[in-house]
Amino acid sequence: MSAVEVKDIVKRYGTVAALDRVTVTVAEGEFFALLGPSGSGKTTLLRAIAGFVIPEAGEIRIDGQRIERVPVYRRGIGMVFQNYALFPHLSVFDNVGFGLQVRGVAGAEIAARVAEALRLVRLSGMEMRKPRELSGGQQQRVALARALVTRPKVLLLDEPLGALDKRLRQEMQVELKQIQRAVGITTLFVTHDQEEALTLSDRIAILSEGRLVQVGPPTEVYEYPATRFAAEFLGEANLFVGHAEQSGTEAVVLTPAGVRIRTALPLPAGAEAMLAVRPEKIQLTNGRAVRPDGANHVEGRILRSVYSGSSIAYRIEIPGQELTVFEQNRAAAPRDVGETVTLSWSPGHSIPVAA
Amino acid sequence: MAKLAFRSILVLVLVFLYLPLAVMAVMAFNTSQLYALPIEFGTVWFQRLAGNERLIGAGLNSVLIALANTAIATVLGTMAALAFQRYRFRGSTPLQILLLPPITIPWLIIGTAMLVLFFWTGIGRGLHAILLGHVALSLPYVIVVVGARLRSFGVTLEEAAATLGAGPWATFRRVTLPVIAPGVVAAALFAFAVSFDQFVISYFLAPPGVSTLPVEIYSAIRKGFTPEINAISTVIILVSMGLMLGVARLYRFGGEE
Repeated sequence: MSAVEVKDIVKRYGTVAALDRVTVTVAEGEFFALLGPSGSGKTTLLRAIAGFVIPEAGEIRIDGQRIERVPVYRRGIGMVFQNYALFPHLSVFDNVGFGLQVRGVAGAEIAARVAEALRLVRLSGMEMRKPRELSGGQQQRVALARALVTRPKVLLLDEPLGALDKRLRQEMQVELKQIQRAVGITTLFVTHDQEEALTLSDRIAILSEGRLVQVGPPTEVYEYPATRFAAEFLGEANLFVGHAEQSGTEAVVLTPAGVRIRTALPLPAGAEAMLAVRPEKIQLTNGRAVRPDGANHVEGRILRSVYSGSSIAYRIEIPGQELTVFEQNRAAAPRDVGETVTLSWSPGHSIPVAA
Repeated sequence: MAKLAFRSILVLVLVFLYLPLAVMAVMAFNTSQLYALPIEFGTVWFQRLAGNERLIGAGLNSVLIALANTAIATVLGTMAALAFQRYRFRGSTPLQILLLPPITIPWLIIGTAMLVLFFWTGIGRGLHAILLGHVALSLPYVIVVVGARLRSFGVTLEEAAATLGAGPWATFRRVTLPVIAPGVVAAALFAFAVSFDQFVISYFLAPPGVSTLPVEIYSAIRKGFTPEINAISTVIILVSMGLMLGVARLYRFGGEE
C-alpha cells in the first residue's frame, strides 16, 4: 500500500494555479523529492499534505485515509521547516519532547524517547541548551529529532538544508539519508537543488508551473528526461530541434542547418522533434575524424572554455547552433579557443523530449 | 569624540527628564511649606498625607481603575492583535487602520465625546464610566504593541506546533503566549500608564464626590498647593519606577532580542 497518495489536486491563488491536477503516489518508506523552481507548486503540494493549504479539488490520502478535512494537528505528520522553527523559549529537551507533551505522554517515557531521538541525531548532552545557543547544523538536527520523536506516518521536509553552507549541507545530506533509512519513515522532501534531489531520493517528482512534469528514480529522470523543461532543469542539456525522419532502421532529426542527429529511440516520423544530449555524454577528438561506426559525429569549433578543476566546460559552435560539452580534465591544459574538434556520442544518448 | 558627544546628549536628556522629579522628591521631605532653603528635613508631609482620606481614597480609585483597565485592555487587545495578525477576515485592514487615529485625537475631544455618548445612552458618570473610557483609550496601544511582537516571529512556530499535534489552544498556551509574553507585559504597562495618568477623561466622567488621583491633585492645586502633593507624587514615582525597572530587568528591554 502506498503511504501517501495525492490525486488530481487543485489549488488556485487568484487566477494562478499553484497546483493544477497533480497526482503523486509515494510508497511506504520511500524518500521522495519534490523538485522544481520557485513558483512550481512544490511547497504548496507539501503544505497541502501537511494541512496548511486546503485544496479546492482532489484527494489526499495518508495510509489510505482521506485527510483533506483533517486538521494539521490530527494528521500524524512530522515536519522540518526551512528555518527549523524551533521554539525559542524552550530547551532542546522541551523542543524535542513537545509533541509527546501535548499528547499527554508520561514524563518517564518522554525522557526516554527524547533521549533516544537525540542519540539518533547525535545531540546527546545538549538537552538543556536553548536553540539560540546551537549552530545551524545542530538546530537542524534538533528539528529533525523533534519531528521524528512522535513516530509520524510521514516526514515532510521543506528545504531543510537550504540555510546551511555548502560543506555542512553535504554532511547533513549523508546524515539525513542515514537517519531516514534507519527509521524507515516515508519522507517527502521539497528542494530546488537538483544535486540534492539526485543524491538523496529514491524517486524525484519534477514540477513546473503547478503541473507534474515527470516522476521517476534519479537515474531515470536524469538519463531520460521527458520534456525540455525536465532536461534543462535537472542538469544541463544540449537541444536539437528539427524534422524527424526514418532512415532505414534508425530515427534521425535533421536540423534546419543540415545537421543529422541519430537517436536509438523511436520518433514520430515526419513531425517536428526535439532531442536532448547531456554535455558529459559527448566525447571530443582533435580535428576532423569521421568514422562510419553508427555514432553521431559533428564537427565544431571551440568558442570558449570554463575551467573548474576536475572538469572543463567548453562552448562549441557547430552549424546553426552552439553546444556545451564537459570533458574530464585529463590533459595538462584546456583545449585552445578556435581549435577544430569532432563531437561524438552514441545514438542512445540522444533522448527525444517533448517541447 | 563622537562617543563623548553622544554620552553628553544622553546625560542631558536624563537630567531633563529626572530633574523636576528629583526636585519634587526633595521638597516632599522639606518641612517648610514655602520650599525654604536649606532644606529642613522632615516627614511631616508624609504624616499629613497619611491622614488625608480624600487624597488616599482618590489614589485607591486610581489604582483600582488602572488595574482593572490593565486586565481588561490587555486581554481584549491581545485577542484583537491575534485576530488581526493570524486571520484574514472581511474589513480587517480598515479596522486595523482605524485603530490608529484615536491615539492622535486630543483627549479633550475624546473625553467630551464620551461624556455626550454616556449621557445619551444612560451609562452616565462614575467609576464604571471612567473604566470604560480608559479601556477604550488603552486598547489601541495594546493592539499595536502586541501586534508588533506577533508580526516579528510570524506563523511558522505555530505551524510547527500544529504538525507536532498541538491543537489551537495548546499552541496558544505553550507557544504563542510564551513567545509574545514580553510584548504583552509591555502592553500591560502601557495600559496601566494610560489609565493611571489619565486626567481629562477621568475629570469629565467623574461625578461630584468621586475622583481619581490626577483629578484630586488638580482640584487640590486649585484650592492651594500643599507639599502633601509632593509626598504622594514621590510615593507614586518610586512605585512605578520600581515596577518598570523590574519588568525591564525581567525581559532585558534594551538588550539583545
